[in-house]
Amino acid sequence: MFFKLNPTTGQPLYLQLMQQIRHAAEAGVLQDGDQLPGIRTLAEELVVSPNTIAKAYSELEHDGLLELRQGCGAFITVKRRTRCLTDHVQVARRRLRDLIEQLREEGLLDEEIKRVFEAELLYPAEIVRRR
Amino acid sequence: MTKAPVILTRDLTKSYGSVAVVQGLSLSVQPNRITAFLGQNGAGKSTTIKMLLGMVRPTHGDGTVLGRRIGDVEENREMRRRVAYVAENKPLYSYMAVEQTIRFVSSFYPDWRADVANRLLNEYKLPRRQKVKTLSKGMRTKLALLLAFARRPDLLILDEPSEGLDPVGIEHLLQMLVSQAAEGVAIFFSSHQIAEVERVADHVCILDNGCLLLNASLDQLRQSYRRIDLTFPSAPCEREFRMAGVEKIRTKERQMSVFASWNAEAIIERARNLNAMSVEVAPVGLRDIFLETIKEN
Repeated sequence: MFFKLNPTTGQPLYLQLMQQIRHAAEAGVLQDGDQLPGIRTLAEELVVSPNTIAKAYSELEHDGLLELRQGCGAFITVKRRTRCLTDHVQVARRRLRDLIEQLREEGLLDEEIKRVFEAELLYPAEIVRRR
Repeated sequence: MTKAPVILTRDLTKSYGSVAVVQGLSLSVQPNRITAFLGQNGAGKSTTIKMLLGMVRPTHGDGTVLGRRIGDVEENREMRRRVAYVAENKPLYSYMAVEQTIRFVSSFYPDWRADVANRLLNEYKLPRRQKVKTLSKGMRTKLALLLAFARRPDLLILDEPSEGLDPVGIEHLLQMLVSQAAEGVAIFFSSHQIAEVERVADHVCILDNGCLLLNASLDQLRQSYRRIDLTFPSAPCEREFRMAGVEKIRTKERQMSVFASWNAEAIIERARNLNAMSVEVAPVGLRDIFLETIKEN
């Protein structure tokens, strides 16, 4: 499993890592019982502060997606809800794929579609473009 | 595991004649963290570090490092046994060979980690028998870092540790900082390499003209700083945006760019109420935060 943290996205690195682990679990890339690298190993691999990894792991443990076993490492714990979510995410991806295809056919460029998605997720539509 | 600050200063000031190099610095550096100390050349970073280590006497104010008072000779000596310091100009015994230097320095520290020293000696490809005076700037830096990393300190204070290093050397240095931090070593380092700082640091302090302008966690900065670009139907009034969190406003005809340290939601709300046609919000990197903070000062 490769993780990639971007220091300039305006999002704390531990949140980025949490999202990537959560996404991997929801997409089925990481499965119940899979072991994640230790804090030090992953910090050295990603060249980020060990506190970043520790905070992400601790928050994921709090959310019930990770089990930290002293001296053994961190293990993914996929609960029924996550498995259910995995199915939902896969359905959502198919629907989004159809929608994106439709927008392309209507003449929107990928960059424009991306901006609309980001704007819609981050801020209410009426703020983003008011004519 | 101690939670007390590893560095704590109160109103620390250093003046040379009428020139104040460091002014009323009140700083708290937490343990188990990588803290970066940023500032332009001449901002007072090295003078601050030297005051912390007892190498320069403060004109005013005081402080502790690892709980030891910086002005007390006995306590200072005790503190320096547990602090590894790499100075800006990397002073070393130029007449000694690399191997001799390592052997000489190791004899002072009972906790010396020969395994770390040997590993770094190989990884840095330092010429064992070469005299220090004939080493390149990068090699001197690597030797100075080796001597600090092998000491098993409680606190590492590094003044411009990446100076003279090539990109491979800088990457290796960052990995070493991460490894040391994973072993519980607190790290306080000054640097001009903002992109690198942004990757590894937990906390950032920005010093300018001897004054501490910013002291915050990088997570906090990433979450709160935003650049908000606005377009209005007609030329906007800057006064409407003089609100909490707004650090700088630039206006050009119907467009406005707001640099905010926090409160982005309220600024967007204000723009909406003023009929903004478009609002674009972008995160701000540490480089821009640094430059804008210095410029404002």
